[in-house]
Amino acid sequence: MDNLTVGVVVFPGSNCDRDVSWALEGCLDIRTKYLWHESSDLSDVDAIVLPGGFSYGDYLRCGAIARFSPLINALDEFVKSGKRVLGICNGFQILTESGFLPGALVANKNLNFICDDVELDIVSSKGGWFNNVDEKQTIKLPIAHGEGRYYCDSDTLKKLVDNELIALRYKNNPNGSSFDIAGITNEKGNVLGLMPHPERACDETIGGTDGLFTLKSLILK
Amino acid sequence: MDQFAVKVFVRLRPSVLDPAGEATKSASIKLGAEGIKSLRIGKMIEVKIEGNGENEVRGKIDLLCDRLFANTVIEDYEYFLEKL
Repeated sequence: MDNLTVGVVVFPGSNCDRDVSWALEGCLDIRTKYLWHESSDLSDVDAIVLPGGFSYGDYLRCGAIARFSPLINALDEFVKSGKRVLGICNGFQILTESGFLPGALVANKNLNFICDDVELDIVSSKGGWFNNVDEKQTIKLPIAHGEGRYYCDSDTLKKLVDNELIALRYKNNPNGSSFDIAGITNEKGNVLGLMPHPERACDETIGGTDGLFTLKSLILK
Repeated sequence: MDQFAVKVFVRLRPSVLDPAGEATKSASIKLGAEGIKSLRIGKMIEVKIEGNGENEVRGKIDLLCDRLFANTVIEDYEYFLEKL
């Protein structure tokens, strides 16, 4: 499809990298390339996915160590150039730890690791990550996390609301996230972080296709 | 070069809910401990570090705390130095 390539980052402890690659290649015919975290050459990819998992064993805090990898250092330039970056689950945690997105993700309120399908309201499609044609649209995506409670202070929350940076909100907040937040974008809209897994909702046989649009939008120009 | 032993304490900010602390508080009460008003869990990091005097070492520890040991969005830190 248009010869565009999506880089899928592999950290020690990533475990959704192959799922993301399968969803992009197998369901959407989008070429992918694995990027080892030690690599800082992002010249031959057009967009990047930071997949889910437990990078560096979640030592210290989720995403805290991954932030210092050569690839994340190189990501600053990539983001500034306007290219698209999608952080899923642990990828979202890495994006907040490294300051690409505001706030932080902390232990779920009930301390459970939650593995479930959740209903999500699309609040904003800033950056074109969601098909937001209807006034109010709900999608269903799987979540699988122990530390997915989005937290930010009240000033940051106001900024998120005022600038339409909240992409997704849980219909029934499963983890205690501030303002039911499940996903946010940066101000430019080219960086999206979300706790739900769109790559696990790309085929009817595994329970739904609501994740397809978001993955497809990685190659939006 | 002077050597220092540093103990860094990282704590969730008071405004951030600590569910692990709440669960431990509940277990403490079940154990029969009375009078617990609050229980919150943090981290303690021990570092041995050398440098030219306390000021230089404090500078290094400040950087480590601010950029790595704590996420200041959700956590506060303090540390104590001991010259070895």
